[in-house]
Amino acid sequence: MQATTTTHPQAAHSHEEHHDPGFLRSYVFSTDHKVIGIQYGFTALVFLMFGFLLMICMRAQLAKPGEAIPIVGKLLESLLGDVAKGGVMSPDLYNAFGAMHGTIMVFLAIVPLAFAAFGNYVVPLQIGAVDMAFPRVNMASYQCFAVGGVIMFVSFFIPGGAAQAGWTSYSPLATIIPTQGQTFWIIGMVFLITSSLLGAVNFIATVIQLRAPGMTWMRMPFFVWVQFVTAFILLLAFPPLEAAGILQLVDKVFGSSFFLPTGLVISGKPYDISGGGSPLLWQHLFWFLGHPEVYVLILPAMGVVGEVVACNTRKPLWGYKSLVYSVLAVGFISFIVWAHHMYLTGMGTKISTFFQTTTMIISIPSVIILTCLFMSLWGGSIRFNTPMLFALAFLPMFGIGGLTGLPLGFNFSDLHLHDSYYVIAHFHYVVAPGTIFALFAGVYFWYPKMTGRYMSETLGKIHFWGSLIAMNLVFMPMFFQGLYGMSRRMSDGGATYALANPANEGVVTALTSTVIKLNVFVTHAAVLLLIAQVPFVINVFMSMFNGKKVENDNPWDATTLDWQTPTPPPHGNFTKEIVVYRGPYEYSVPGHPTDFSPQNMPDPKPAK
Amino acid sequence: MEIPHAVKPRPDTGLYNAKLGIWLFLASEVMLFGGLFSAYILLRVSSDLWPHGMVSIPVGTFNTFVLIASSVTVVMSWASLKLGKLADFKKYMALTILCALGFLSVKSFEYYAKFTHYDVWFKDQATAQKYFTAAYGEKGEEAARKLFVERFHLQNTKATYDANQVQIAGHIEGNPLFATLKKLTSAKKDTIQFTPDAPSGTHEHPKAIEVKLSDVHRLSAYVPAHSTYFAIYFTITALHGLHVLGGAIVLTYFLLTSDKWWKKNPEQLANRVEVGGLFWHFVDLVWIFLFPIIYLL
Repeated sequence: MQATTTTHPQAAHSHEEHHDPGFLRSYVFSTDHKVIGIQYGFTALVFLMFGFLLMICMRAQLAKPGEAIPIVGKLLESLLGDVAKGGVMSPDLYNAFGAMHGTIMVFLAIVPLAFAAFGNYVVPLQIGAVDMAFPRVNMASYQCFAVGGVIMFVSFFIPGGAAQAGWTSYSPLATIIPTQGQTFWIIGMVFLITSSLLGAVNFIATVIQLRAPGMTWMRMPFFVWVQFVTAFILLLAFPPLEAAGILQLVDKVFGSSFFLPTGLVISGKPYDISGGGSPLLWQHLFWFLGHPEVYVLILPAMGVVGEVVACNTRKPLWGYKSLVYSVLAVGFISFIVWAHHMYLTGMGTKISTFFQTTTMIISIPSVIILTCLFMSLWGGSIRFNTPMLFALAFLPMFGIGGLTGLPLGFNFSDLHLHDSYYVIAHFHYVVAPGTIFALFAGVYFWYPKMTGRYMSETLGKIHFWGSLIAMNLVFMPMFFQGLYGMSRRMSDGGATYALANPANEGVVTALTSTVIKLNVFVTHAAVLLLIAQVPFVINVFMSMFNGKKVENDNPWDATTLDWQTPTPPPHGNFTKEIVVYRGPYEYSVPGHPTDFSPQNMPDPKPAK
Repeated sequence: MEIPHAVKPRPDTGLYNAKLGIWLFLASEVMLFGGLFSAYILLRVSSDLWPHGMVSIPVGTFNTFVLIASSVTVVMSWASLKLGKLADFKKYMALTILCALGFLSVKSFEYYAKFTHYDVWFKDQATAQKYFTAAYGEKGEEAARKLFVERFHLQNTKATYDANQVQIAGHIEGNPLFATLKKLTSAKKDTIQFTPDAPSGTHEHPKAIEVKLSDVHRLSAYVPAHSTYFAIYFTITALHGLHVLGGAIVLTYFLLTSDKWWKKNPEQLANRVEVGGLFWHFVDLVWIFLFPIIYLL
């Protein structure tokens, strides 16, 4: 299976000469794509947990409005002061946690983990490159991300607390809240956007310029394709949000009126501004990023699932070309669907119809991708290891998330469902048991390459089943709450509706006590979900030291180039020159000596 | 370990890495300025009144020529490197940087003039008329109306904007920066000395008038808070100015380290200058769009 027996003389030479650059250069200010990938991954996992804990506090508040939050109530009071007086979460704090939960999960956890962490670690390996095209830009990308994360985190502790206007930060609300949380949010976002742009430029340049000889476009692993398209989405969709952020910053700091209309009255008083701005302008600029961002969240997940499924079914991905073209189609169409988030703004039926149509069109390539992944399972000799379990769970979970999006994409049904818990359930099915499961699959799958040790299968399976059950218990009830009309932004979980109308019990238009009681159930399920993550945290740390050692450099018997390196890959990645001879998923090829044929394996010589 | 194609182009793409990188970066910049230009269009088409002639066309034209000249010199500096003439490179690059600095200085004078120029809106029309008469004499109301019609290009509309016509433009005694009604009243001022702008068609400023702050509804320098026109003007031009400044810093760095790079790897120096030059052309191009929408339209 050796691609070539001659060792590349220069690579070996530079490797010997390579001197120890010291702790700071190797772990903090490293330019090595693998270290940067791990930095991104670790930071993102910490933020993932942090964002989840914010939500646990909110869920406690929703289950028992007005009561002190168990266990952490006192801690919140001592850290944040009056907004958590007596351990009770005030509506302001609930709003801040809600806004920051969304912001952190999207911009500081999922995107960095899915795109930056896995992309950085895996893409150069899979295309046979020595590193990214611009290693120092890559480092700057992570540094910007870290600064942005710190600014977001610090904003919790400034007077008045963090941003409170939701992760969408709609103006005028975001501008007129008299605290500086929103200013921190915007400045933090500018850093995060810069980080993404630097990363996106780097990814695209790397894929175009640094592919190994023989790595043609249609020999690239599916994962590289999705990262390539994701990078383009980030490159072109993020700047308009940066523009919007700049405008909102000028509104907030210099008192202009980009998003503030004429005659704005706040708390009964005319607001002292020039007016003349447009709140809708913010929404357009925001969702021009916001919707492509959804595909930034989901495409890398699909890529991970593709890799894991191909390897663990021991057969090629079904419809590789359809997958590639579908991903490209999703990338293009994702730029013309944004206003389906704005049906309720009164933008007119013609425009609504246009965006409704494009929204239905984009579901076609998405369904093709999911179908191809399902079909890939057919006839495979499936290995049910932990990464594969997560990848398998991704398919139906993402299916539920995607299908429940259709009623939101039609403007008439959206009228009822808009801004209800139904929306929350829908996009969490896409992102939580969807994307996050795929990312867990990725962690379990590539961990042996990163560390040289497997993660524990037992702990992994406990983690998987616990998470799968708890996720569904958390999000399935929210569909029903939303259908009943429970608003997504009530800090008391909608209890005020029911209490205000005790006589209306059982009437469809009022929230019934069943809907309110579901809040308690969901909170318990969320705690179960938290407990289910404990084995994962233990697993990540313990396996570094006493996990089972990998038998060889290619423990899963995979075909792609990321597995044809030493473990863990050294600086410069490959010890021999890489030449690619075949497509990415040549599993179980008849006549080949093993059931996997690595991309750098030349065709066996015909028998004489 | 060396990154492939860092200097020599990859045969199948014909590009070295940085050249591809800068084009991708410029694509994102197009989207950034594209977002701001879209904001400009949306704000302008949805506004009742949009001012004209608030910035000087000759000054803007001069700056446009300065930037275009710098785009020429930056190409000359790159070509000089390709021809192996380091001294010419230095000359042209220095000229480019001088143009950048010239552009920024002109822009900063323009900004300063705006920050000390004020509009005052009076409480009601009767009060406003009193001050119009004090400023422009007997036919004060007509003079003020003429200025108003000119500023908002109302010659061709039948609509009357009498209700809006309570404003007068000019300078406050002592030329304070960024003064507002709130700042002035909290500085315990009751009145200000206000020099109104020259009436339409002349350049002679009327004598200063005394304005009672209690008669004033709103007072603003020509800053982002003044109106969406100035808000978008300052935001886009300031962001463009930052790009000019950033570009000038990078080009200066290329100039100062050119001797070292010339010895080490002249091809890479030429590549760096080419990439910097591409960015510079983009900054120039943004201005080519900015000049008409801010100064001419």
